[in-house]
Amino acid sequence: MLAMNYRGPYRVRAEQRPMPEILHPEDAIVRVTRTCICGSDLHLYHGMVPDTRVGSTFGHEFTGIVEEVGPMVQNLKVGDHVLVPFNIACGKCNFCKQGLYGNCHESNTMATAVGGIFGYSHTAGGFDGGQAEYVRVPYADVGPTVIPPDMDPDDAVLLTDVVPTGYQAAEMGGIKKGDTVVVFGAGPIGIMAARCAWFFGPSRVIIIDHIDYRLEFARNYAKCEAYNFRSMEDPVVFLKKITDWYGADVCIDCVGCEAEGNTLQTLTGRVALMQAGAATALQWAINSVKKGGIVSVVGVYGPPFNYVPIGNVLNKGITLRANQASVKRLLPRLIEHVQSGRLSPKELITHRIPLEEVSDAYRLFSSKLDNCIKTVLVPSSKA
Amino acid sequence: MENISNTDYQNIPGWGMDADPDNEPTYPMKNYTGDDHNRINYERSPQQPVTVELLKSNERPAPSVVFGTSVPPSGLSGAIRRYAFRHSEDRYRHWIPLIMADRVNVYEGIISDIKAGHVPNFFSEWGWKAEWKYNQKAFVTKIAFATLAAVVVAGVLKRKK
Ligand SMILES: NC(=O)c1ccc[n+]([C@@H]2O[C@H](COP(=O)([O-])OP(=O)(O)OC[C@H]3O[C@@H](n4cnc5c(N)ncnc54)[C@H](O)[C@@H]3O)[C@@H](O)[C@H]2O)c1
Ligand SMILES: [Zn+2]
Ligand SMILES: [Zn+2]
Repeated sequence: MLAMNYRGPYRVRAEQRPMPEILHPEDAIVRVTRTCICGSDLHLYHGMVPDTRVGSTFGHEFTGIVEEVGPMVQNLKVGDHVLVPFNIACGKCNFCKQGLYGNCHESNTMATAVGGIFGYSHTAGGFDGGQAEYVRVPYADVGPTVIPPDMDPDDAVLLTDVVPTGYQAAEMGGIKKGDTVVVFGAGPIGIMAARCAWFFGPSRVIIIDHIDYRLEFARNYAKCEAYNFRSMEDPVVFLKKITDWYGADVCIDCVGCEAEGNTLQTLTGRVALMQAGAATALQWAINSVKKGGIVSVVGVYGPPFNYVPIGNVLNKGITLRANQASVKRLLPRLIEHVQSGRLSPKELITHRIPLEEVSDAYRLFSSKLDNCIKTVLVPSSKA
Repeated sequence: MENISNTDYQNIPGWGMDADPDNEPTYPMKNYTGDDHNRINYERSPQQPVTVELLKSNERPAPSVVFGTSVPPSGLSGAIRRYAFRHSEDRYRHWIPLIMADRVNVYEGIISDIKAGHVPNFFSEWGWKAEWKYNQKAFVTKIAFATLAAVVVAGVLKRKK
């Protein structure tokens, strides 16, 4: 079968690989119909995630048709068209039972600090991902969800990560009616977080980035204010000023470890690797939220540590909330939002590229070329 | 002095008086059940058989029920990874060797490609076609600068000899 194959930082290709097999009685094999490239994949592509082994297949956002099920699988049958949450979750451990499907304790042998994720390095469990014609899906009775018959598969594939992550980013902000919310990052996640913030009743949603076409997209799609931080002398002062010198009620980090905008953070985090990437957006979030405000983090940072102004978190009495999105917990509500027409995720998709051209697809998204927001890879064996 | 025993704490004056079950900062992410106190004694699915070399975090007693079997450790990078996994996720000596192993692994990948009779096409793997198509001017400038820098460095090195 054809699969994406990682060869080193900035080097990937599509290549023939052996078919995946059932390795556990609760596994399924899924024939992939659509799979996306995510901002999280860029951290792998840029060589930022430790234990990313050459020969791995990435991809944690995919839909597909069930081809084969293990002997203990009960809820899925061959032929079902499913969307597969990016978290691998057992459904039985204490974390899964309490709804923390992004923090399962039985899906990652290599690290306790993160649950298993499809195609996301050995630090996240060493699973091959969905940027392939076929993929092994563990715990097939827990994660995979049959796509409702009236749902567009393009909407479905965004329900595997982008929509739940954006929604949970807003949810963790504890937004109250009338609040002012600032979202850092106008990638797919930030745009979705800004759109979903409105579900919680704020009076203002502001998004910050430095790429104009993305800000323009966010302004239209998420109906929010959008500002370019390159045009500001100091983003924190700018945000203080436009919030009546008070600070935002809620700040949301949808950027993560490859942030730009602060030389010291960039040099120490992205050049010298003296910290796990640049924590610029998180620093701005902490410093521009009000006293007693909430900072919600979904932008991904690496494992060892980052330079963040924790003293200000203390002195300002800030509540920090963060997690990998718990996709399965949120799906019922989000499917409702999509089916009712309140939310239209598929509008984020700007590019549709055959899996064969995966090298160009990664470069396009990584370099933010051709006004790219979200790329879908389509395997040729698609039904 | 002895540590207080596990059964005595409930006799401490005021124990639990001010507990507020609604004070749960992780809600609604977490639907608190109290199961955390049973630790890792929850019901488990049967273990996936370990058929490949599996490096396990030393912060857990046993492998997770399922795990990925893709690219088991091998070669020099594998040896470095094995060393890394002797140290906990808390330690830099876990993560820095892993990053080093990843870099070594790139060269191993090129060698194994060539051994398999396949000379990697770097330009295509780097996705330069996309840069050429959508970012021609900036891309050509970048390449020109990189080439110029390489020529200058080569010149300087030559003169030193
Ligand atoms: N927690 C989760 O479950 C989860 C799930 C998916 C993605 N993520 C993470 O969310 C982040 C965003 O993902 P994406 O797909 O939108 O990626 P993306 O790379 O498309 O978007 C990131 C955006 O941030 C902008 N940016 C850079 N520095 C900035 C700064 N200092 N301030 C404001 N904006 C800045 C970039 O220009 C870019 O538009 C990534 O770190 C990704 O790993 C987390
Ligand atoms: Zn993703
Ligand atoms: Zn679990």
